[in-house]
Amino acid sequence: MTTKTLRTGGGVSVRYAPRAAFSGLGLILLTLAVGTVLVCTGDFPMTPGEVLDTLIGRGTVVQEFAVMELRLPRVLVAIFVGAALALGGAVFQSISRNPLGSPDVIGFGQGATVGALAVIVLFQGSAVATALGAVVGGVLTGAVIYLLAWKRGVHGYRLVLVGIGAAAMLTSVIHYLITKANLVDATRATVWMTGSLDGRDWTQFWPLLAVCCVLVPLVLGHGRALRMLEMGDDAAYALGVKVERTRIVLMASAVLLVAVATSAAGPIVFVSLSAPQLARRLTRAPGPNLAVSAVMGSALLLSADWIAGNAFGDRQLPVGVVTGILGGCYLLWLLVSERKAGRI
Amino acid sequence: MKSGQTPKRRNSVRALGLLAAVGALLLVCVLSIMIGAKPVPIGDVWHGLFHNSGVGNDVVIHDVRVPRTLLGLLVGLALGLAGAVMQGLTRNPLAEPGLLGVNAGAAAAVVSAIAFLGVTDVRDYVWFAFVGAAVVSVVVYVLGGSRSATPVRLALAGTAATAALYGFVNAVQLLNSAALDRLRFWTVGSLASADMETVGRVAPFILVGAVLALGIARPLNAMEMGEDSARALGVHINRTRVVAMLAVTLMCGAATAACGPIVFLGLMVPYMVRAITGPDMRWILPYAAVLAPVLLLGSDVLGRVVVRPAELQVGIVTALVGGPVFIRLVRRKRMAQL
Repeated sequence: MTTKTLRTGGGVSVRYAPRAAFSGLGLILLTLAVGTVLVCTGDFPMTPGEVLDTLIGRGTVVQEFAVMELRLPRVLVAIFVGAALALGGAVFQSISRNPLGSPDVIGFGQGATVGALAVIVLFQGSAVATALGAVVGGVLTGAVIYLLAWKRGVHGYRLVLVGIGAAAMLTSVIHYLITKANLVDATRATVWMTGSLDGRDWTQFWPLLAVCCVLVPLVLGHGRALRMLEMGDDAAYALGVKVERTRIVLMASAVLLVAVATSAAGPIVFVSLSAPQLARRLTRAPGPNLAVSAVMGSALLLSADWIAGNAFGDRQLPVGVVTGILGGCYLLWLLVSERKAGRI
Repeated sequence: MKSGQTPKRRNSVRALGLLAAVGALLLVCVLSIMIGAKPVPIGDVWHGLFHNSGVGNDVVIHDVRVPRTLLGLLVGLALGLAGAVMQGLTRNPLAEPGLLGVNAGAAAAVVSAIAFLGVTDVRDYVWFAFVGAAVVSVVVYVLGGSRSATPVRLALAGTAATAALYGFVNAVQLLNSAALDRLRFWTVGSLASADMETVGRVAPFILVGAVLALGIARPLNAMEMGEDSARALGVHINRTRVVAMLAVTLMCGAATAACGPIVFLGLMVPYMVRAITGPDMRWILPYAAVLAPVLLLGSDVLGRVVVRPAELQVGIVTALVGGPVFIRLVRRKRMAQL
C-alpha cells in the first residue's frame, strides 16, 4: 500500500492512500448512479431532471408522491442499511481475524430474527413492534455471546465458535416459532426473514439515520486502534491501544448497527460478509478498510435491489434473495481461494 | 485414566459401563413406549409388544409408539456414530453432521422436490433429502480442507454453506406457499410422524453405515496420531477416509431424511463418551452408538411431557440441550488440540 501526504500552506497535513480514496470515490459515484436509476424508474418513469425539480419542490403531485413517499425513502434506507451491515461486518471480521466471522454467521442476525419472529408469531405485533423486537433480540444476543466468549478477554476464535453454537440454538428457536404460527403469520415471518426493501418509508429511515450518525463516526474513529488490534493483543497494547475497551466499544457499536439495519430491512444475508472482503480487494490495503467497506455495502445493496426488481421479469423478488444467491457464489470462491492461500 | 490401572482392568470397567448404557437404553425405550398423549401402564407394554390384540393400548403401542421408538433408536445410533467418526477422522471435536451443512443440504433438496417436482408424499422426501445431504457433506468436507481441516475452518465452511442453502430454501418457500407449509414442519426435526414403512426404508442405510463405521475403529485410532504415523503402522489412509465419509453420509443422510434435521446430538454424544472412555475409538464408537439413542429418545420423551398436551419436537429439545454443551466445549482451553 502506498500512502501520500497532502500538505496545506497552514501547516496542516493529511496522510491518505490514493487507491483507497479513489475506490471510495468510485463506489460513491456508483451508489449515486444506481440510486438515481432506482428513483427514476418504476411504473411511473421520470427523467433525472424531473426528479431534481421534484426534490426542490417544483414537481407535480404525482411526481412528488412517487419520489418523496415511495422511491427516495427506499433508496435511502438501502444506502444506510448497506453501510451499517457492511461496517458491522468489517468490525467483526477484523476482531475475529477471520474473513468468515461476520455477524450473520456468528449469531447476531439469528438473534435479531428471533426477536422479530417472537413479536410476529406470539403477539401478532405491528411492523414497528417487529423492528423493536429485532433490535432487542440482536443486542441481547450480542451481549450474551460476548459474555459467554469472555475468559480473561475475548479472543476472536472463541467468539466465532461460541457465536456458531448460539446461532444453531437460535435457529432451532426460529424453526419452533415458525411451526407455532398459522400459515399467514408463517408467511409474514418468512418474508421478514428473507430481508426486503419493499414498502420501506421514512418511519424506517429516521431511526436508522440517527443511529448511523452516532455510531458510524464512532467506529471510523476507532479504525486505527482496530488495525493495531489485528497485529495481536500484545502488540496493540504495547502501541498504547486500550485493548479490551476498544473491543467492547467497537463490538457494541457493530452489534447495534447490525441490529438496527436488520430491524429496518430484515436479516439481509451476505452484505456484512462480502462487502469488507470486496473492499479489501479493491483497495489492496491491509486492515479493516472501514470507510470503503461501508460505501461498498451501500453500493452492493442498492445494486442487488435493482437486480431484484428488474432481473426476473414481472416478478419482484425480495432483495435478500438476490444477496443470498450472489453471496453464495462469492462465498464458494472465497472459501476456495482463501484455502489455497492458507489464510483460514 | 489413572496410571495405576492395568489395561485389562480398564477394559473390564469400560465393558461394565457399556452394559450399564445398554440397560439405560432399554429403560428409555420402555419409557418411550409408555409416555405420550395417552399414557400406557407398564403392564400393558409387554402385552402390546408380544400379544397384539388390535384394540386399546395395543394399537397405540403397535402403530405409534413402537415405530417412533425404533426410528429414534436408528436415528440416534446413526447420528452418534456419525459424529464420533467425523470427529475422529478430522481430529476435530466440532465436527458434527448438523454443523457441516448436512441438514441444510437435505432441506434444500426437499424444498426443491416439493416446489419444482411436485412431490407431496412425506415418505418420498427420504430420497431427495438423502441426495442433498450426501452432496453437501462431501462439498463442505472438501471446502473445509479435507486434509488439513482446523476446527474453525470446517465449522465456518459448514455454517457458510448452511447460510447459503437456507437462503435458497427461504426464497423457494416465499414463491411457493405450499412448500412453506409442508417444509416448516419437516425442518424442526421430529419423530412424531414415524411409521414402520419409514423405519424400513432408512434402516438398511443406517445399519450398513454403522457396520462400516464400527469396522474402521482401529485405523481411525492410528490416524489420530497423525497421518504419517498411521501410514507407518500400515493403515490405508485414503481407504479409511473414503469408508468413513461413506459411512457418515449413509447414516446422516438417512437419519436426516427420516425425521428432519436434528442438531447437536452428533456433537454432544462423542464429547461425553470421550470423557468416559478416553481416546480409544474402539470404545468410543460402541458407547456413542448406545448413548446417542438414549439421549435422543430421552429428549423425545421430554418433549412429549414439557408442553402437554402439545409436543416439543425432538430437534428443538436436542438443540436447546446441546447448545450449552457446545459452548462449554468451546470455552475449554485445549479444545483446538484435541
